[in-house]
Amino acid sequence: MKKNLMKMNKITKNNLITYGIVVVAFIIMQILVTSGNISSLLQGLLVPLCVYAIAAISLNLVVGISGELSLGHAGFMCVGAYASAFFSKAVGEGMPGMVRFILAILVGALVAGIFGIVIGIPVLRLRGDYLAIVTLAFGEIIKNLMNVLYIGMDSNGLHFSVSDAASLNMEADGTVIINGALGITGTPKDSTFTIGVILILITLFIVLNLIHSRSGRAIMSIRDNRIAAESVGINITKYKLMAFSISAALAGVAGVLYAHNLSTLTVKKFDYNTSILILVFVVLGGIGSIRGSIIAAVILTALPEMLRGLSDYRMLIYAIVLIAMMLFNWAPSAINWRERVKAKFKGKKQKTDKKEAA
Amino acid sequence: MSFISYLINGISLGSVYAIIALGYTMVYGIAKMLNFAHGDVIMIGAYVVLTMMTGAGVNPLLAVLISMAACTILGMTIEKIAYKPLRNAASPLAVLITAIGVSYLLQNIALLVFGASAKSFTNIVNIPALTLAGGKLIITGTTIVTIFACIIIMLGLTLFVNKTKPGQAMQAVSEDRGAAQLMGINVNGTISLTFAIGSALAAIAGVLLCSAYPTLTPYTGAMPGIKAFVAAVFGGIGSIPGAMVGGILLGIIEIMGKAYISSQVADAIVFAVLIVVLLVKPTGLFGKNIQEKV
Amino acid sequence: MAMLEVSNLSIAFGGLQAVDNFNLKINKGQLYGLIGPNGAGKTTVFNLLTGVYKPNEGIVKLDGKDITGRSTIEINKSGVARTFQNIRLFKDMTVLDNVKAGLHNHYKYSTVTGILRLPKYYKLEKEMDERAMEILKVFDLDKEVNYLASNLPYGKQRKLEIARALATEPKLLLLDEPAAGMNPNETQELMDTIRFVRDHFDMTILLIEHDMKLVGGICEELTVLNFGQVLTQGKTAFVLNDPAVITAYLGE
Repeated sequence: MKKNLMKMNKITKNNLITYGIVVVAFIIMQILVTSGNISSLLQGLLVPLCVYAIAAISLNLVVGISGELSLGHAGFMCVGAYASAFFSKAVGEGMPGMVRFILAILVGALVAGIFGIVIGIPVLRLRGDYLAIVTLAFGEIIKNLMNVLYIGMDSNGLHFSVSDAASLNMEADGTVIINGALGITGTPKDSTFTIGVILILITLFIVLNLIHSRSGRAIMSIRDNRIAAESVGINITKYKLMAFSISAALAGVAGVLYAHNLSTLTVKKFDYNTSILILVFVVLGGIGSIRGSIIAAVILTALPEMLRGLSDYRMLIYAIVLIAMMLFNWAPSAINWRERVKAKFKGKKQKTDKKEAA
Repeated sequence: MSFISYLINGISLGSVYAIIALGYTMVYGIAKMLNFAHGDVIMIGAYVVLTMMTGAGVNPLLAVLISMAACTILGMTIEKIAYKPLRNAASPLAVLITAIGVSYLLQNIALLVFGASAKSFTNIVNIPALTLAGGKLIITGTTIVTIFACIIIMLGLTLFVNKTKPGQAMQAVSEDRGAAQLMGINVNGTISLTFAIGSALAAIAGVLLCSAYPTLTPYTGAMPGIKAFVAAVFGGIGSIPGAMVGGILLGIIEIMGKAYISSQVADAIVFAVLIVVLLVKPTGLFGKNIQEKV
Repeated sequence: MAMLEVSNLSIAFGGLQAVDNFNLKINKGQLYGLIGPNGAGKTTVFNLLTGVYKPNEGIVKLDGKDITGRSTIEINKSGVARTFQNIRLFKDMTVLDNVKAGLHNHYKYSTVTGILRLPKYYKLEKEMDERAMEILKVFDLDKEVNYLASNLPYGKQRKLEIARALATEPKLLLLDEPAAGMNPNETQELMDTIRFVRDHFDMTILLIEHDMKLVGGICEELTVLNFGQVLTQGKTAFVLNDPAVITAYLGE
């Protein structure tokens, strides 16, 4: 029993370190911002950093914990962003800013979560790379449909169209809220770095607690061996869908944060390139390592900005760094080499320790 | 008559997808990896042809051959440096992400060398268009060449894979890499050869694609690459006839969607059809259905 | 009443009649062996009993209740647990969590309770830990609770699989070649464990095995399967001396 307790402590400790890193990073950034020791460019990046960190944590729930490859995560961000921006615009000044934003977050999470369930039901019947391509397909479909969606609001209520703004047939007092490829303009800029960090902490709380609970064990057991999981009475569909839809809802939250950080929201940002970018964070940070996801998301989002001085070469360097890091982290030969170096280092240290003891 | 003309355009575009998809599917079958950089090899291939023709004044056919050679070397180099070290990595995602890195790398090299502005691609096909039905139906020379190229490649590959020793080695490696190695097959060489063939095909696809849609940017290859990937999955990834049929169907659906429904949602229709096909047949049209043994 | 009663069970794959008119009756508390040459259809019988395959014909009754054609999950819930010929552990989870996954349907709290860490979470997790440790002690695995399952030595992996199956609180335990790949010492130890499990947990056990020493040592009754059909059935000593059985194993 004692050992057990120790293990629980280890998990709790590990989780606390993760929360701690986020909080410390937040405090440092806040100090830098208030003392004016930070470029305006980097300051502009603070909210996007939170957006990508949340997206990466949520994708890790699918890729690392549930063991399924999703290439359409930007689609859920898109849904969350649009639903919440629509909500905020429709409400307008009808309620206090903070209340509106909290509701907008819930709306974004809820709608994205529902999309997660609706898409997850057919998708999760597939396996491996087939599942991956279908999630990519769904992501692209969402993007394409949002591109031709027009919604306006007037005294008679909401009007929908998929051809153009004119065919909304609104009264004179109507306003177009979602304007096809032009997206949504004038979303209140409610997102702040502080709220972003709070949302990261909430996301962490949900995902970490889920992992170390009955449902989390069920999800991971399916990842490790679905046939064995079934044989001990675990409902495969239920738990896969649970991981997928919670992940979708959290990606939706990332979308909400994104949408309320810009005055213009278009679908361009939500294509498969973004889905892939988030996947890069997850894999580079360590599949299944939630803390790694955050760190990778922050570094890789900030890196291109840090390299801005190199102008034209920055994305080239980014690509090379990415390839090099992947090879260094994952290639069996590189891992062996690292182990050897580590062992050598340890050996030396032990020797010196002995000497000191003597 | 417009329907037939759309159909022919669809087959033509689909033929390009099919050629790209063949590269995807062969590499997947053997290396069990999604080579996300495949689309960018296409783009490089097109730039090489363009540079050869406009810069060096080489004749079109020779330019294509040079481009094929360049892409072959490129493909083999990528495989050797970026993919091979990860072949036995703990997660198959490692090589996927690396392939994404390679894709970024190729795009940014092209961006530095050729610039971001779109280059207009000179059509290399100078076969006169075919006019049928009293001028109502015009089939361009490019279309004819594209469709023929696709058929020839498909036949050639099928013969190669089934009748030659290296081809059979490919089949063996894709079936069971370990067993193939024990049977004395040079697995590394076979994988390398597969990348070589796939990349040479990508060069051809690049030329054909840019002949039909004559603007070339560093990102030209990305979307056709994704679509071809869809086509390969559609037909059953790993299957040569599957890639062919998948590619052509995809091209037809895309052109028809653009013509009759909306050009903005044509891609959505393509992806929706893919989803429906996979839900009905989870391993694609020609895919093998493998059940896990308990 | 018999714990397990199987009558006329049949399944064909394509043209191959993998299991043909299979009958079996196991009483509560029995240790029963299913033997036969390779490819005789033993594992297929297990897959039919646990719902991995649906039979073309026949009835499976557990404790008098018809469970034919039910899903794997339902069959597990009604009291059948199994191990696998090729070990199937949750390899990236700890030994403790493997067993706790087995306890999944016996200590229930909702996902929200888990995420919000409500008092019920702590209470049930503690109970699960205690129960899991109890089971792991039986298999002498309580020192390795925090190891990843994949880091256990082979023999212990087999034991962990049995522990996980027992965690689901079955009435009937199916063991698919539990001694495969073990050395004679390990096999001897395993035999003791199986007997202990039967007595301690009041379990009914059906096992597939090739090791005749194990079969002869612990099984009370045997069924011999050959080419999907029952060759002979009865008391262990009687079956093992049946010339037909010897022929089936050694060939003409």
